[in-house]
Amino acid sequence: MIEFVLDGRSKVTASVQLVQQVKQALRVGLLVPGDQLPKVRDVAQSLAINPNTVLKAYRELEIEGLVTGRPGVGTFVARTLAGPSLGNQAALREELVAWLQRAQAAGLTAEDVTALVEITMRAILGVEPPSTQITLSPPPPLAVRQAKRREG
Amino acid sequence: MDMALETEGLGKRYGQRWALRDCSLRLPAGRVAALVGPNGAGKTTLLHLAVGLLPPDAGEVRVFGASPYANTSILPDIGFVAQETPLYRDFTAAELVTMGGRLNRRWDAALARERLASLGIPPNKPVGKLSGGQRAQVALALCVAKRPRLLLLDEPVASLDPLARREFLQTLMVSVADTGTTVLFSSHIVADLERACDYLVVLHSARVALTGDVEDLVATHRQLVGPRHDGGPIRGVGQVVRARHTDRQTTLLVRMDGDLGDPLWTMHHVGLEDIVLAYMDDTSNDVTTAQSAWGVSA
Repeated sequence: MIEFVLDGRSKVTASVQLVQQVKQALRVGLLVPGDQLPKVRDVAQSLAINPNTVLKAYRELEIEGLVTGRPGVGTFVARTLAGPSLGNQAALREELVAWLQRAQAAGLTAEDVTALVEITMRAILGVEPPSTQITLSPPPPLAVRQAKRREG
Repeated sequence: MDMALETEGLGKRYGQRWALRDCSLRLPAGRVAALVGPNGAGKTTLLHLAVGLLPPDAGEVRVFGASPYANTSILPDIGFVAQETPLYRDFTAAELVTMGGRLNRRWDAALARERLASLGIPPNKPVGKLSGGQRAQVALALCVAKRPRLLLLDEPVASLDPLARREFLQTLMVSVADTGTTVLFSSHIVADLERACDYLVVLHSARVALTGDVEDLVATHRQLVGPRHDGGPIRGVGQVVRARHTDRQTTLLVRMDGDLGDPLWTMHHVGLEDIVLAYMDDTSNDVTTAQSAWGVSA
């Protein structure tokens, strides 16, 4: 059984966060076929979150064929995302470590690396990297907002 | 779709002053809705009209299709916890559960006892001697024991500390999961609403400023920052909710109706709290009025 957490400052909706956490757990093998997801009622209680939001997340996972709902029993993992990609991860990680060492030697900071990865992901895969969705444009600090209000 | 609560041009007047005006909204069954607005915006009036405690002065209100005023047949379907959770303070929680059984046609005493026990609430202590958080939980448990199809709560968490507030919301969410009841609760604490609610009604100055599905609202509202703007139309922007200007920059909170057509603007996501605040923000008007009243130049 996994336990969900919610990032209150994330710009991603709560139901998307739940979906992402299940997928993450499937990817790293923390959840395997046959495992039960936490009951909707229990998630609603522990996170003080609307049960409709949990249902929505589970429905989405069901549409993707990752879980199946058994009425009155619960929601169970139907398929794993780990599969062959988990086996390939070790080799890819080694290459990434070597690349990161070269990047460091070339004088790139951690932020430079992140920016480069994000731009490249966008260009090659055509998708927005997940990290930018979460940290995208936080609101300006209060002092700035108040200053703007005075100016306006 | 089944509507739990519907109002059409609803209005209520106290003397010359309209406490609620032109209020039209539809709350689909099964939703958890937040009713937000500053003090005096008309939240309590709207709830009292929905429970049938007040007759409307204009328009209509319907709960599951029926007018609630002077209509006892719809009362079993409505649960209402008034502000400050009024309870008979000399009664114990156990006595209140018994009393509820005598006063209601439909009453799930086992549910109330189970809920109160799981919260560690003593059955034999007068509720006046319980903490504010515990009293709120007793009021909620009593209300849920009615098995209402529509649960109306007036500022249930306003006077609670953060821990009690969270515990209250947890109990409320469990009740929704268990019974599928529709909820409308008023609050002026906008934080932690985003998790609990999937529907929003914003009241401001006795009128409905905004209403809709929370995810839709978050998905369609954006903050735009760009060079100073003269107020002309911007492609992709349906409505400008709030505009602020400096001598060279303009910041807009907008509702989008398409893709943004102008690359001059930087687009930012906004959270529910910022959206609500933008719809309630009329400080610029207030400041102008106050400046002239105080004799201060702008």
